[in-house]
Amino acid sequence: MLAYTSRRIVYVIPIVLSVALVCFLLVHITPGDPLVAVLPADASQELAAQLRSAYGFDRPLPVQFGLWLWRAIHGDLGNSIATGRPVLSEVMRAVGNTVMLAIAAAMIGFTLGLLFGLIAGYFRDTWVDKVATSIAIAGVSLPHYWLGMVLVIIFSVQLNWLPAVGAGPGGSGAWAWDWEHLRYLVLPAITTSVIPMGIVTRTVRALTGDILSQDFVEALRAKGLRETGVFRHVIKNAAPTALAVMGLQLGYMLGGSILIETVFSWPGSGLLLNSAIFQRDLPLLQGTILVLALFFVLLNLLVDIAQAAIDPRIKRS
Amino acid sequence: MSAMSDTALQAAPASKARGYWATVGRRIRRDKVSMACAIILVLIFASALLAPWLHLADPYQGSMIRRLRHIGTPGYPLGTDELGRDMLARLIYGGRLSLVIGILPVIFAFVIGTSLGLVAGYVGGKLNTAIMRTVDVFYAFPSVLLAIAISGALGAGITNSIVSLTIVFVPQITRVAESVTTGVRNMDFVEAARASGAGPFTIMRVHMLGNVLGPIFVYATGLISVSMILAAGLSFLGLGTKPPEPEWGLMLNTLRTAIYVNPWVAALPGAMIFAVSICFNLLSDGMRSAMDIRN
Repeated sequence: MLAYTSRRIVYVIPIVLSVALVCFLLVHITPGDPLVAVLPADASQELAAQLRSAYGFDRPLPVQFGLWLWRAIHGDLGNSIATGRPVLSEVMRAVGNTVMLAIAAAMIGFTLGLLFGLIAGYFRDTWVDKVATSIAIAGVSLPHYWLGMVLVIIFSVQLNWLPAVGAGPGGSGAWAWDWEHLRYLVLPAITTSVIPMGIVTRTVRALTGDILSQDFVEALRAKGLRETGVFRHVIKNAAPTALAVMGLQLGYMLGGSILIETVFSWPGSGLLLNSAIFQRDLPLLQGTILVLALFFVLLNLLVDIAQAAIDPRIKRS
Repeated sequence: MSAMSDTALQAAPASKARGYWATVGRRIRRDKVSMACAIILVLIFASALLAPWLHLADPYQGSMIRRLRHIGTPGYPLGTDELGRDMLARLIYGGRLSLVIGILPVIFAFVIGTSLGLVAGYVGGKLNTAIMRTVDVFYAFPSVLLAIAISGALGAGITNSIVSLTIVFVPQITRVAESVTTGVRNMDFVEAARASGAGPFTIMRVHMLGNVLGPIFVYATGLISVSMILAAGLSFLGLGTKPPEPEWGLMLNTLRTAIYVNPWVAALPGAMIFAVSICFNLLSDGMRSAMDIRN
């Protein structure tokens, strides 16, 4: 297990470096001067040249990448052009809110997905299966930002039960674990949970069906094992793949939160990314994407290791 | 489902002579859900294509005194938007851009990804490693994040949004194409073609392409649903189409301010995105099970 874990970690290093390279290059595919956001419109040539060398934009690209990477390793992702604060602290503060949203959504989506998937797979081709698969396919086909809007229309505009935007009363940044604050989490979390719910349902349904059609299940039933016992075998066999899919989905929720956070003005990394894009705050854009992508890589690594831990066959392949 | 596989079993001996694609086509035509989706999609596509001849109101012509009319107002069957423009006309015209920016990335990615995957899978060796490791890098990003990163860096615009979504989908299609190709390349008929002197290009084009295209095509059809949602999502954020162009994602964005005044009109563009996306998803599922002749 230790050998497998360390081998997996070694494999991740080139991926991390390429991710960093892609994030670095993002700034250089932007049209126009990367300084455009900091330079006043009437800036002189000398000032532009001065700033260019201050930011290091006058050096060759590989050198710039090396320097940028070296600083990034030491936790320095530069300063936000809009606020002047360090990018890393801005990102980390926002990521906390996104993690909270993703975990709440995962609890809803994964529970329902596992439940629907197991039931649908077990009672395949019955009406229960048809209902569950319909919910699942609707879940993966929904434009989630639209669902968010529809939920706001129903629960905030029409019924006035839940707040439409923000992450706490009075727009204050502080979070507390009471109903006053949790109310703000309900709609964004439900909206975020729909896609993972659909995907987990579909995966677990297919897995359950496949497992139940295997010979060993026939053998278990022939030797007189009760259905609850058969069910336990199904869960054990479905666990590694289901876990991998759920890990991936958690990563998608963390990284792809921009649309939902925009709809609900949820102060997470997605909303930060949104403002970085529209204020042309390139260091912030670059840093946020780097941090989110690294989270995703890390999550994938953890999922791989957890998968190998519960299914020893994976280690050998 | 069960009814379908029963008919398939009965039809099996007769359909053998008919050939694979004819059988698949027959099975799809018998699938009610797939056919319903196909009809809905044809209607949406046709109305978008024929919009100028449908005697609709001008989708750009607004009026300050007719803003945010409700659904069912005489003369405005689906109401009006925040600038008083006819919603029915805008939804139908909106299909033009929305469908183009949603489907083009998948078509581009299908061509590029299939070529890359075919070459990687057939040639193998160092070239395979080079292509597939590059593809892996893009898998290290959640797809929404990658699309937004590229779009955000390139700036708003239809072309940029199509480019960014193409980049998101190429790795996914390449992976599928590569794995299908590696499955086929060691089959006897490929060996036979090689033994009879066919060059690698001929083998890929004549002997392999037909065998790998089916599964890749089904996968790509499923991607259209994601692509529609993401393309409209980019416009929703303000990264795709620019006003006053009618486009479903952008319409959803500009109507957000109207949810307190006329909520259900504001929700209409999203319903269109949902309809197209779920139809493509169901059609892709139907095609997958129709092509899976073993069942």
